Amino acid sequence: MVTYLDHAATTPMLPEAIEAMTAELCELGNPSSLHAAGRRARRVVEESREIIAEAFDARPSEVVFTSGGTEADNLAVKGVFWARRGADPARTRVLVGAVEHHAVLDAARWLADHEGARVEWIPVDGLGRVRPEALREALGTGADVALATVMWANNEVGTVQPVAELAALAREHGVPFHTDAVQAAGTLPVGFAASGVQSLAITGHKIGGPIGVGALLLAKPAEPLFLDPVPLLHGGGQERDVRSGTLDAPAIAGFAAAVQTAARRRDAEAARLAELRDRLVEAVRAAVPGAVLNGDPGDRLPGNAHFSFPGCEGDALLMLLDAQGIACSTGSACSAGVSQPSHVLMAMDTGAERARGSLRFTLGHTSTEADVKALAEAIGPVVERARRAGLT
Amino acid sequence: MTLRVLAAMSGGVDSAVAAARAAEAGHDVTGVHMALSSNPQSYRTGARGCCTLEDSRDARRAADVIGIPFYVWDLAERFHRDVVEDFVSEYAAGRTPNPCLRCNEKIKFAALLDRALALGFDAVCTGHYARLAGGVLRRGVDQGKDQSYVLAVCTPEQLAHALFPLGDTTKADIRLEAERRGLQVADKPDSHDICFIADGDTRGFLAGRLGASPGPILDTAGNRVGDHDGAYAYTVGQRKGLRLGTPAPDGRPRYVLDISPVDNTVTVGPREALDVHEITGERPVWLAEAPGGPVPRGTGPFSCHVQLRAHGEVHACTAELDGDVLRIRLERPARGVASGQAAVLYAGDRVLASATIAATAGAAV
Repeated sequence: MVTYLDHAATTPMLPEAIEAMTAELCELGNPSSLHAAGRRARRVVEESREIIAEAFDARPSEVVFTSGGTEADNLAVKGVFWARRGADPARTRVLVGAVEHHAVLDAARWLADHEGARVEWIPVDGLGRVRPEALREALGTGADVALATVMWANNEVGTVQPVAELAALAREHGVPFHTDAVQAAGTLPVGFAASGVQSLAITGHKIGGPIGVGALLLAKPAEPLFLDPVPLLHGGGQERDVRSGTLDAPAIAGFAAAVQTAARRRDAEAARLAELRDRLVEAVRAAVPGAVLNGDPGDRLPGNAHFSFPGCEGDALLMLLDAQGIACSTGSACSAGVSQPSHVLMAMDTGAERARGSLRFTLGHTSTEADVKALAEAIGPVVERARRAGLT
Repeated sequence: MTLRVLAAMSGGVDSAVAAARAAEAGHDVTGVHMALSSNPQSYRTGARGCCTLEDSRDARRAADVIGIPFYVWDLAERFHRDVVEDFVSEYAAGRTPNPCLRCNEKIKFAALLDRALALGFDAVCTGHYARLAGGVLRRGVDQGKDQSYVLAVCTPEQLAHALFPLGDTTKADIRLEAERRGLQVADKPDSHDICFIADGDTRGFLAGRLGASPGPILDTAGNRVGDHDGAYAYTVGQRKGLRLGTPAPDGRPRYVLDISPVDNTVTVGPREALDVHEITGERPVWLAEAPGGPVPRGTGPFSCHVQLRAHGEVHACTAELDGDVLRIRLERPARGVASGQAAVLYAGDRVLASATIAATAGAAV
């Protein structure tokens, strides 16, 4: 039996999502076609759009479907940079939270390397939180800032960011604000309109939907602050002319079903996961007294527990747990499979050793008490063994 | 007996088949690819046998086919310190190191093995062509591929936790077996040269790290016959690329006889002057006293054969362990014996001992 404690990587699909998606896979039609088959597929897409808009307090016209969170983040960061700088060449600064996901981080770095952007990293405190004062300081007058971006909740340590406050600050300075809400969307009350952001990235597979579909919630350019991003993908202009590509009706249907189900259960599920997570934290601490919980102890994603095990190598811990059928994560891995010390922990100033010996356990809709129990039994001996292997 | 085996998987055909054979033998096998560079592209480009992202992917795919768990372990720091830097400093000291041997001694059967044992494994399995049974290390049956020479530096304790499943098979048969097993790496080219020197240009690699250090090339009488850009770029026995300005009086080719880092000179001379009769080896490793072993430690001079470089010929000799020094007297002189290489003693195909060549002496001694 597998103990799956890596829901932040991907979640099992919800039965509702599988049903909606497989039903649509049996149907014919390009949503952009004008005939009956096309209209049928288009109806599925638009109903899905409405469901997603409603769940996130957005208007249907503000939902731009993408291939997932990475594309949504890239579209927001690069596209808005290009649009804003195009309107005023002085706007070359990009303000980026220091603990962003690589989809934002590397998009910004690319702008710095190839587009003359001046990227500034907004520091975080020891819990991984961006302080509004830090953003205020970075904004200056705001006149030369293309955009600011801070995630809703961190994918590694789970810390929730004060997004509405940060977005309001940016707006005061005439700067649009993007947030990556990929991890938050399933369990936190993510409200697009109320948050005051210009754009917000979500993805299907973190909330029980399929992999390969996501969305950028994107405010209409009603005010001069919000310029539509310059597209990354050119073609048929299917999504508001900011995103091209034939709409994947089956994946979108599955995505919407997952969003709807997750939204309906959200508060109860968040409370259940938080309670389960707290027991997991307690159990790990009881088994390994030296374990350090990273991130904000209270204001964090309900399913997230992220520890450092001093004296251990995260890779060794992961392998030993994997051998016992327990799946977890060391954080972000590079393409070679060699883990670098996490930039999130380094930005939190934990030191390299605490960063190297870290493991993330994340709970989701299929998690049960048995999962916590399995980890509680395994973690003590595993840490002891990994400690003997030491830090190579 | 079922062992928990860690299979070191380079991404090449040999280590893939070795892992498959270990798994087929009933062991509980886990594949590990060692990342030896923190920037996986920096040592080599293209899949040539180890050290690249492509190799890491090839190793993963082989593990998938075999049906074993697979991980990448980052040993870049240790590799850089114990193999790459050692390689450079050995050349700087006028010796000719063998980095594959050093990698076995310090990485595969030290850093990797230690970590494996601490994590609960019983043994490390590699795709080396050598036979190992009951603590006895022997040449692989494929004469052309035999790697006992680069393994002879391992101690009995290290070898006690090693598995070499390929020693009884030829490389050609391993390729066929890989194909039969559905391993995609079956026809991947062999890795030949030094894995961390991407273009095979050892001299350029050393020059980049040690810088130019011009000095004289002298003949045996002390006359300056040419110039060099760094004594480290030469190997004892080398004939090509000397670019000597002054021809030898007898018109015969000249060879590098000696490299002296202290006064930054390279000495050249006639071929006969390369003749070595006696070799002194340091850091000896004794593998011949295993149960039934022919030569217990402390035995007086005994007859055996010695190999002085990888894939080199063997020479009949008399050897004796004298404290921490292995003394070897050759029956007939050998040519071009370089300090820093290993002297490995054999009785037939069995490895008796090894030591690092520290000094050599000609007939006059």
